[in-house]
Amino acid sequence: MTTTVIRGGRVIDPVEGRDEIADVWMVDGVFADASSEEVGREVDAEGMIVCPGFIETQATLQESGWEEGETIATATAAAVAGGVTSLACLPETEPVVDNRAAVEFIRRQAERTGLCHVFPLGAVTKNRAGEELAEIGQLVEGGAVALTDGKRPVANAEIMRRGLEYASMFGRRIFDHPQVPELVAGGVMHEGLYSTLLGLRGMPAAAEEIFVARDVALAEMTGGSVHLMTVSTAASVELVRRARQRGVDVTASVTPHHLVLTDAEMQTFDSNCKVDPPLRSREHIEALVEGLVDGTIEVICSDHRAVPIEEKDLELDASPFGIVGLETLLPLCVRALIDSECMGWPQLIGLLTNGPARVLGLDRGSLGVGQVGDVVVIDPDAEWLIDPSTFRSRCANSPFGGWQVRGRVEVVFVAGEQAFRREGAA
Amino acid sequence: MSTTPDDQPDRPGGPVWTSEHLLGLEDLSAEEITVILDQAEEFKRCSQENNTKLDLLRGTVVANLFFEPSTRTRASFSLAAKRLSADTIDFTSSGSSLSKGETFIDTARNIEAMGASLVVMRHKSPGAPHLLARRVGAAVLNAGDGTHEHPTQALLDLFTIREKRGSFENLTVTLVGDILHSRVARSNIWGLKKLGARVIVCGPSTLIPPRIEELGVEVSHRLDDVIGETDCVNLLRIQFERQRGAFFPSIREYTHFYGMNAQRLKAAKDDVMILAPGPINRGVELTAEVADGPHSVILDQVTNGLAVRMACLFLLRERQKSGEGQ
Repeated sequence: MTTTVIRGGRVIDPVEGRDEIADVWMVDGVFADASSEEVGREVDAEGMIVCPGFIETQATLQESGWEEGETIATATAAAVAGGVTSLACLPETEPVVDNRAAVEFIRRQAERTGLCHVFPLGAVTKNRAGEELAEIGQLVEGGAVALTDGKRPVANAEIMRRGLEYASMFGRRIFDHPQVPELVAGGVMHEGLYSTLLGLRGMPAAAEEIFVARDVALAEMTGGSVHLMTVSTAASVELVRRARQRGVDVTASVTPHHLVLTDAEMQTFDSNCKVDPPLRSREHIEALVEGLVDGTIEVICSDHRAVPIEEKDLELDASPFGIVGLETLLPLCVRALIDSECMGWPQLIGLLTNGPARVLGLDRGSLGVGQVGDVVVIDPDAEWLIDPSTFRSRCANSPFGGWQVRGRVEVVFVAGEQAFRREGAA
Repeated sequence: MSTTPDDQPDRPGGPVWTSEHLLGLEDLSAEEITVILDQAEEFKRCSQENNTKLDLLRGTVVANLFFEPSTRTRASFSLAAKRLSADTIDFTSSGSSLSKGETFIDTARNIEAMGASLVVMRHKSPGAPHLLARRVGAAVLNAGDGTHEHPTQALLDLFTIREKRGSFENLTVTLVGDILHSRVARSNIWGLKKLGARVIVCGPSTLIPPRIEELGVEVSHRLDDVIGETDCVNLLRIQFERQRGAFFPSIREYTHFYGMNAQRLKAAKDDVMILAPGPINRGVELTAEVADGPHSVILDQVTNGLAVRMACLFLLRERQKSGEGQ
């Protein structure tokens, strides 16, 4: 029997509504009551925040097929360094995760090489082609926690309708990337003043909003469950808010980079700022924050996507979309939401733990006795400099190099075992 | 990078050329633009007075890298370098980085390794010269980056207007046509606004980019409404190769509303100037009658382009040499 105790930290558990100075005990990989057993490991967390491990709803792991960018081993190493103890991965692999064998490969590979829990997302349609439903039932039996075609929107409304109906039979949610393909074809950035200045093809906000409205209507009609991945516009937030008030089962996420960067960044022509959906203007950011504060949006995810330097160091329109985000998730959230006094730590932690657990249907995100011992110790006041060359991810495609930030992950336990300890942590 | 036309600080001690690269007119102050125009004026006078080469860039290697088809701009840059006694390397490729196997940065670095200190580049992607400028030691001169900027074209337009009119005060310039896909329009807007002209952009609503008014221009959709108050009309080429899908129903309808013909010329001011960056589509943006008529300065633009490009190459090389001496 191994016993670990994290002593004297500010314990925050959004599920149990805890925010108090206390000790956290883990025995044999799960949270436990205070024990008189011999303590195997002790962590002094005075001045620290102790909370459930973060849950990422949509990282791209790229194994198999695109291992030059990332593998399950490197992505999960990056995850734990960022405080993430569970991550769901998009089926953007080669071959596509559209069958049971592919789901099982990811789970097995994660057991072999992963440093945190990995929950595969299966494809909605065969080969993510948007034409025929994938074998959703068998994907679920193989371990898929939800269904998505990743960054490829389910463009055909009839397929999306049937997908929602079919997936609901297995109690699974469909994650959609809301974007009308023909309105963003060839697009590089948000359509607005800066796309006009730079002569870059724009991706209008309406391309997202039309799709959000469509998915809300289909979820309402079918009674299915839809998750809108990384919404980025003010009207999207308002559509989701009203749908939720009507009782439609719709959830949404945002990324931290959409909260701290605007489309003005594109003036540097830095391809590390090329993301999908694109960085928007200030008024959209304000609406996203409002949606997080009032609970309309219940998930913050990094949307981690590694792109090798050879592909990022190209002309902006030839370079792929994507930012590596797992290792900068926490400090960017602190900057956007806590330093700006929009919310306190308990609410932010809920957006990184309990919210994602609900969307993924996972029994995680709490420090309750008997729960899996995934826990992160945070120094909320530590100031540090982001240096992409130190990332554990295989790629360093991040626009945040050189940023002075606050809030640092110190120690992480996954199922009661120490998975990460910052060099020099107390 | 500045986003408003007139936030450049005044430089005490007279106008000095300080830019390492020439990437766009957005980055230049009115003083810097004037330095180029003055230098170009001197070069034009020199070549008119005695038609011989100048010795100013002897020993300098100028690389012309054209990753997008071009005839006149490439010829103009090549000749400008030769008129200054530079050695030139011409490289033409229509392939993109991805299809060629070698990135354009590798191509440029290879050519830099042959000793080029000035790199003139045209590329179909906005920002490609900016990327290059961060990666090579040579001075980079943007000869057109996608739909972003084409600084030397705008400079030769400014030169031509200034030559005929003396100044930009109380001058109204109307840019007609496809503003959305036009690098010439963007560079012209920056340059004209910085020098104090009034600018109208006129074209079908599908070809006017969003929030263009915030650059300080007025928007019109009917040429007939604004032709009477215009001193200079710049007829942008309809870029068939950049159009994705239907931005207007037909050439015929475009010409009906935006084509410059004898009838519209009658409604214009007596001394109206007709500019066009070319290559022109006769019968589309303007009729042959207008192109070859007395108001047209299209061929003056070509002549002036040579002087302007000589000035840009010379100023960048001078700046580079002053840096090497430090």
